[in-house]
Amino acid sequence: MSLLAYPSRAAGAIDVLVIGAGHAGLAMSYFLSRARVDHVVLERGEVANSWRRERWDSLRLLTPNWQTRLPGKAYAGDDPDGFMAIPELVDTLDNYAAEIAAPVQTQTDVLEVRPADQGYRVVTNRGTWQARSVVLATGACNRPCVPKLAADLPEAITQLTPFDYRSPADVPKGGVLIVGASATGLQLARELLEAGRDVTLAAGEHVRMPRRYRGKDIFHWLTETGLHDERYDQIDDLSRGRRLPSPQLVGADDLPILDLNHIRRRGGRITGRLMGVRDTAFQFSGSLNNVCALADLKMQRLLKLIDETADASGAPAGEAFPPTLVDEAAALTLDYRQQNIRSVIWATGFRPNYDWLDVPVLDRKGQLKHDGGVVAAPGLYALGLPLLRRRKSSFIYGIEDDARDLSEHLINYLNTMRRESDGFYRDHSGRRRYRRSA
Amino acid sequence: MTDIAPNTTNGVNVEALLGAREALTEAPEAAQFVWRAACEWKNGTHTESRVERFFGLGEEQRHQREFRYDTDHPEIFAAEDNGSTPVEMVLVGLAGCLTAGIASVAENRGIKLNSVTATLEADMDLQGILGIDSDVRNGFSNIRVNYQIDADASEEDIAALVAQSQKRSAVFDILTNPTNVHVRVNQ
Repeated sequence: MSLLAYPSRAAGAIDVLVIGAGHAGLAMSYFLSRARVDHVVLERGEVANSWRRERWDSLRLLTPNWQTRLPGKAYAGDDPDGFMAIPELVDTLDNYAAEIAAPVQTQTDVLEVRPADQGYRVVTNRGTWQARSVVLATGACNRPCVPKLAADLPEAITQLTPFDYRSPADVPKGGVLIVGASATGLQLARELLEAGRDVTLAAGEHVRMPRRYRGKDIFHWLTETGLHDERYDQIDDLSRGRRLPSPQLVGADDLPILDLNHIRRRGGRITGRLMGVRDTAFQFSGSLNNVCALADLKMQRLLKLIDETADASGAPAGEAFPPTLVDEAAALTLDYRQQNIRSVIWATGFRPNYDWLDVPVLDRKGQLKHDGGVVAAPGLYALGLPLLRRRKSSFIYGIEDDARDLSEHLINYLNTMRRESDGFYRDHSGRRRYRRSA
Repeated sequence: MTDIAPNTTNGVNVEALLGAREALTEAPEAAQFVWRAACEWKNGTHTESRVERFFGLGEEQRHQREFRYDTDHPEIFAAEDNGSTPVEMVLVGLAGCLTAGIASVAENRGIKLNSVTATLEADMDLQGILGIDSDVRNGFSNIRVNYQIDADASEEDIAALVAQSQKRSAVFDILTNPTNVHVRVNQ
């Protein structure tokens, strides 16, 4: 592998450590290298580790290829309107790491990060570093979220998370209950129905969105309308925005829209949110009607916003998407024995893992406290989290602007530290300068 | 939290509610409330319930005065009809909760409400409570709420108000999701 070209550097004092060599860590490395900032990217496995090991087989990126770009690297393949499968994405990130000569140290597990000597002490399985600044680029999807009520399920029911699921063959015979109606839940429901499985999908709040609208991919419009450039500090309810489930999309354009109506038409049963398990029955919320009404209203609001931009560009007329059909008598309880439901897939989202972070920057729910990626501890930064600085932050193409902003903040931080010590610092182009006399 | 700011559209002090939201995010223990009712059997199926004290913001609280509610059953149940049935009280609770939510959300979104009325209907098969058919549940099989809203807003915005109110409604949640109920005697 090309990465072996970079000799491993012995742990010691360093300006910046970037933790995680996914798209976020590599993008940060790109800007740090350009400004000649001394840094190393620590990676617990290989480049793009989560993408290699923690995703299902059929998954493709939700964004079209033309949009799958990284700082200084546009998509150069021959299928700009296609959707990248994961092995191709892994290759893309591998090649990118080589092209930008990212100083990645693979197979390096970060065991502890704690404040020390004007910076951070970073303990790894391959030595201890002393860094002035640390960038957390470990991603938003380290662990699947599984609700507490999972503990109430009997052993006879197999429980899977998206980390355990590769293909329908991993799901025991019999019916399956998929909990969650985000991109994951809908994609797995569709795939399992196509494999001839009996599928029940429990839907709480969700984000309904068509793949294409008025002749273009939805991401074209999310960009053109300026929606995806909306900044975190301009958003009314930021914490809600950051918690929003992924839109019901799939990286394929064989369907105009993948929604609950589609799952229903293909024979899937839709219920309200899973609320409990009592005796041999799953209990579902009676709020299905309202969560569908909310999702329909929000989608119509989005399409209306797109119409303003689309009308001006002379795009063809808009398609109408019928309201979500809700069974008046949607099941409130299902007896898993009678219904022969043998497995449950928790498509209930993911969360980051900061077990190794010994810095008091987590709130009581375990979420990182940060202001647009500037973490509430000097010299500590986060990158690659949902709505970090912009709506597009959740997507690969959104990393460039975030990484540029945060690298500038970080360089300023290092320079301030340096001016205070020896007087030398580097400007944004990497030129070594001496502080002006005060 | 009871002052009504003079410059509101619908008489809901949203500033106070948003302030409370912010304060309770910082102090989640103060957000722990206990609601109470006391009841006494009168005669037949007639019961009188009283509501006055509750716990919240870390201490005992009380309403401006005590409120009393009679529940009973109509004459076709061979009762004296001293009050609404308990299941009708559930509809009263749902209506009060959803409508308060609509006013609050409208206030927050700057929508002026001219009139809000609702009718509620709930279906019940008496074979359940009478023990005739064990496959029939005791409670409602369905609840329908029909709002008539006149407001200075588009049809979509009005629909969104009603949807958001359901999303944030305690009674809607109580009715649509299971709750553990513990009934104890002489303890």
